[in-house]
Amino acid sequence: MKAKVHITLKNGVLDPQGKAVEHALHGLGFPSVSDVRQGKFIELTIAETDKAKAKSQVEAMCKALLANTVIENYSVEVMD
Amino acid sequence: MKAAVIVFPGSNCDRDVAVALQQSTGKPPAMIWHRDTSLPDLDLIVVPGGFSYGDYLRCGAMGAHSPVMKEIKKAADKGVRVLGICNGFQVITEAGLLPGVLMRNRGLKYVCKDVYLKVEDSQSAFTTKYAVGDVVRIPIGHGEGNYYADDETLNRLEGDGLVAFRYCTPGGALSDDANPNGSQRNIAGVFNKSRTVLGMMPHPERLSDPKLGGVDGRKMFESLVETLS
Repeated sequence: MKAKVHITLKNGVLDPQGKAVEHALHGLGFPSVSDVRQGKFIELTIAETDKAKAKSQVEAMCKALLANTVIENYSVEVMD
Repeated sequence: MKAAVIVFPGSNCDRDVAVALQQSTGKPPAMIWHRDTSLPDLDLIVVPGGFSYGDYLRCGAMGAHSPVMKEIKKAADKGVRVLGICNGFQVITEAGLLPGVLMRNRGLKYVCKDVYLKVEDSQSAFTTKYAVGDVVRIPIGHGEGNYYADDETLNRLEGDGLVAFRYCTPGGALSDDANPNGSQRNIAGVFNKSRTVLGMMPHPERLSDPKLGGVDGRKMFESLVETLS
């Protein structure tokens, strides 16, 4: 099955890239934009038929490598 | 002192640090490929600067899970000194040998210049030739050197005297202007609890010979030789 992983910076962690993107959007005529936060999106296929097991495996991958939990949160979505 | 330098695909300061080590020890260090699964008998392991694995995913993340890291962790547990410079600092924090993480520079740009550091410790094997309060000039060259840890961790590091170096002005003031990358509390280098592992963004090997324009970095290698020989 396929899994989608979103990795985002924790609240309170400075995101200079998000800030720069926000400034650029303001400059391009989108003054209503605020709170831009940049993250990562990872897609993967996992050889597993049980959705719950697949999810717990991907969460283990997040802890081991995909996210740095000092500064990042992750969320996992598993699709059939 | 028996020293080794770890070489990852993408390391680019491995030979510079080997030259600096040889200058101070009189013999070339062992160069250890990242796929190696055993280490010789060692006193010091250097994880050098560069862009291991192209900084894929996060800087240092792939290097931290390369085969040789298991052996480095085992050696560190036994008290073998580990020095992570620049990308090496990123690798050993990702590997969990040191707390915190190195994030994108506050100003987003890669910064390559000499900076001034205030020495905060002279008891570790890395710093005996320095005095607390010394101001030294050491180059940096990084895009992701913004040291971050939560306040609890930072308070613990400071309380236990585990901050090794901080960015400062030439006069030794710890101002925000002297902070090249936005690091929390101007931190440029930290120790583990036993002060046997040091990670730092600045490159002591780049100012370790008068021909390079300065020798402030050389004292680190001389400290190690003095302590570990």
